[in-house]
Amino acid sequence: MPPLRRHFPPLAVFGLALLAACGGPFPQSTLAPVSDFGHDVDKLFTGIFWWAVAVFVVVEGLLLYSVFRFRHREGSPAPKQHEGHTALEITWTLAPALILVFIAVPTVRIIFKTAGTPPPGAIRVEVIGHQWWWEYRYPDLGIVTANELHLPVGKPVAIDITSADVIHSWWTPRLGGKRDATPNHHTRLSFTPDSVGMFMGQCVEYCGSSHANMRLRTFVDTDSAFQAWVAAQHETPAAPATGSPEAAGRAAFQRFGCIACHTVAGYSAGVLGPNLTHVGSRTTIAGSTMMNTEEHLRSWIGDPPAMKPGSMMPRMGVPPADISTLVAYLMSLK
Amino acid sequence: MSETRGLKSWLTTTDHKRIGLLYFWTAFGFFLIGGLEALVIRAQLARPDNHLVTAQTYNQLFTMHGTTMVFLALMPLGAAFFNFIVPLQIGARDVVFPRLNAFSYWVFLLGGLFMNASWFLPGHPAPDGGWFGYATLTERQFSPGPNIDFWLLGLQILGVASLAAGFNFIVTILNLRAPGMKMMRLPVFTWMTLVTSFLIITAFPVITVALVFLMFDRVFHTHFYIPSAGGDPILWQHLFWVFGHPEVYILILPAMGIVSEVLPTFSRKPLFGYTVIVYSGVLIGFMGWGVWSHHMFSVGLGPIADSVFALTTMLIAIPTGVKIFNWIATLWGGHIRLTTAMCFALGFIALFTIGGLSGITHASPPADLQQTDTYYVVAHFHYVLFGGTIMGLFAGMYYWWPKMTGRLLSEPLGILHFWLTFIGMNLTFFPMHLIGLLGMPRRIYTYSTDLGVDRMNLWSSIGAFMIGLGMVVFVYNLWRTRRHGAVAGPNPWNGATLEWATSSPPPPHNFDVIPTVHSRMPLWGSHPPATAGGEPVHVPPGSWWPLVAAAGLPIMALAALMHTVWIVFVGAAILLFGIYRWAYEPFEV
Repeated sequence: MPPLRRHFPPLAVFGLALLAACGGPFPQSTLAPVSDFGHDVDKLFTGIFWWAVAVFVVVEGLLLYSVFRFRHREGSPAPKQHEGHTALEITWTLAPALILVFIAVPTVRIIFKTAGTPPPGAIRVEVIGHQWWWEYRYPDLGIVTANELHLPVGKPVAIDITSADVIHSWWTPRLGGKRDATPNHHTRLSFTPDSVGMFMGQCVEYCGSSHANMRLRTFVDTDSAFQAWVAAQHETPAAPATGSPEAAGRAAFQRFGCIACHTVAGYSAGVLGPNLTHVGSRTTIAGSTMMNTEEHLRSWIGDPPAMKPGSMMPRMGVPPADISTLVAYLMSLK
Repeated sequence: MSETRGLKSWLTTTDHKRIGLLYFWTAFGFFLIGGLEALVIRAQLARPDNHLVTAQTYNQLFTMHGTTMVFLALMPLGAAFFNFIVPLQIGARDVVFPRLNAFSYWVFLLGGLFMNASWFLPGHPAPDGGWFGYATLTERQFSPGPNIDFWLLGLQILGVASLAAGFNFIVTILNLRAPGMKMMRLPVFTWMTLVTSFLIITAFPVITVALVFLMFDRVFHTHFYIPSAGGDPILWQHLFWVFGHPEVYILILPAMGIVSEVLPTFSRKPLFGYTVIVYSGVLIGFMGWGVWSHHMFSVGLGPIADSVFALTTMLIAIPTGVKIFNWIATLWGGHIRLTTAMCFALGFIALFTIGGLSGITHASPPADLQQTDTYYVVAHFHYVLFGGTIMGLFAGMYYWWPKMTGRLLSEPLGILHFWLTFIGMNLTFFPMHLIGLLGMPRRIYTYSTDLGVDRMNLWSSIGAFMIGLGMVVFVYNLWRTRRHGAVAGPNPWNGATLEWATSSPPPPHNFDVIPTVHSRMPLWGSHPPATAGGEPVHVPPGSWWPLVAAAGLPIMALAALMHTVWIVFVGAAILLFGIYRWAYEPFEV
């Protein structure tokens, strides 16, 4: 039997894995928080992590030492037959218990700190999960949008999460932890973003065929940029000029039944699909899986289930000419 | 006298050793299927935006990989050893209810085949709701096809097998111990079998209730989990995890038992702190009931519930940690022989420790909110269930294979298998910690290159195929050993427990004379118990009725699947007829 030490040391595997980690950027990293909630969680995790590393080193060190030190040698006398040692066993019962106290105390403190009610004046957002997209409502601002959430930096946010169909889970990792979106339940998250930027996230509770395609983007804006966005969202799109491709697209929007599921303020009032009043101003489409380009929008309208398997929006059989005018119309909805 | 050759002898056998072998080969077959499913999953995830399989197929693959590994591979591989080894370890001639034991096996086989038959029907309606089957996704409105019906009916069939086996082993261990085999002299593997069996008979009724509710919702339009009609999908989560967490201990305790047998044998020392190891196993069994909501920290149960379940979860780390230190103390000062079985047992300690430590990080609810449903959790529970349970089961296979077949598995091939598995396992699952912390969710059939985790996923996939290569070596080793393995003799490892006191493989009646036990390690004492000589032993013949009765269950399930009531009665009639004939089977003396 070949001795252990001649074999490839498995530690090298860990090294390789760590090397592979040196890349990036990592837009969904939990290790680079940008909110008070995220920082609290990160600090807690870091503390537990180093306790775990310490225990790991002790246990694996003792294990390796024992295996090398006490290898069988032919002809040596039989080992002493220890049945146990009460003092030792009490020690290694109490030691982990003590470490757990150092983990449990900050854990409970952070649980209650992050579960607190948001301060008065927090921006309220209602998040509603759908198969497979996110609906966002700002009840105090009168805004309804989808997949892309806008928040002002430095202001507390109170998020209320629910679902219209199956269980989803809303997560923007850099802004903090996730919460499930459960039909007939309302869960809450509250935090204050501290950095401006676009932060990616996605659904993290398995919710059917296109669970992987239920992504989201959270934009943390400067206060003025956020106010400008709010003002733009309040505007009702004007009817396009007669004879323009946009006008033809607007007619097609009705002819092909788009109005049954989608709202465009001032024109249609469907509620099954995302609100499209300002779809042209969004950076992504199809559950935030594609950049919002004319090309992507064309293929989406032509065959939604090909881009998002199981999509509730079926192939509408729209002829290519009409797709062009529809794309022109949707892109005009800034 | 029971027959020992031919198909009929296997179909009618009530010998615990032959049933153990049937369990082994069936579960091992399902283990290979579950492994192939994992390899397709890893092939799909080797690259971002990959289109090797469709979203639908991927969702079926991860559902069936989880369901297969938990219910059709790891649990029944444990059961294979319960069957083969426990009666030998307690000095018995068989289990208490040999025909019920056969019934358990046939129900398990038919339940597994029923669920997997869904792959081969038109449209391939294999289950696609996840092994955890969360309502409302699994309700008829969102899963109209028969996929979920195959899953929930299959699990109900398998539950019958587990319950019957659980009762059988509890009664066997409590009542059939050889003279002098007091409870605190039981080998630890037998002790862990006892604790596991209690967990099975208490946990499976809970999932049975949960599944019956779901079945009623889907078939009879009740509203247990349907919110629009006043039901609650969170109820499913509570019921599922009240079962699901004890289930984790059902999977890990037998492996801990195996490791507690292998380490003393190959250290030539008794287990350090036997009493503490036994009591901590029992304590884990009890405490396993008080932690289920740690699977639900993202549900939003409120700060008090989150705090309570955080604390109970952290507490369960204490008896687990005690076991690990006791195992290391068993090695300390011993004469360690690095056989394949020993390498796998040492691998268990090394890897299970990592799984335990990552477990502590998500015992803390706020930290868990960043980890749950990501690859970090996938890494964690594969360190527990692969690094723990599977490494432990492999240790058991190399350790007891000579007892089960009379031949030793090849050691060089075994060591190769060990290193391929050990390195492949770490390469597959260690990067997943990082992949998860960097924000990749579980159960997604594809991911964007934007996440920056392409390379780590590729490493992980390479590791998975390395494990696959290790399995090829293992299968070759099993095949080769049938003819070319060294003849083992009764006690090739110088083991101390009673299974090593009889020939390999043991005769149908196990022991010519039931041994009398004077210590925990009877074969290491100065007066090993006599097992030879005595009167010829009569072994009862086999029976067809366990198989007949078992056949009624999948027929009833098929009827539920097809919504055809008269077929339910046909299945029930077959079941009742089988039980009736079984009950009145003449007892041949």
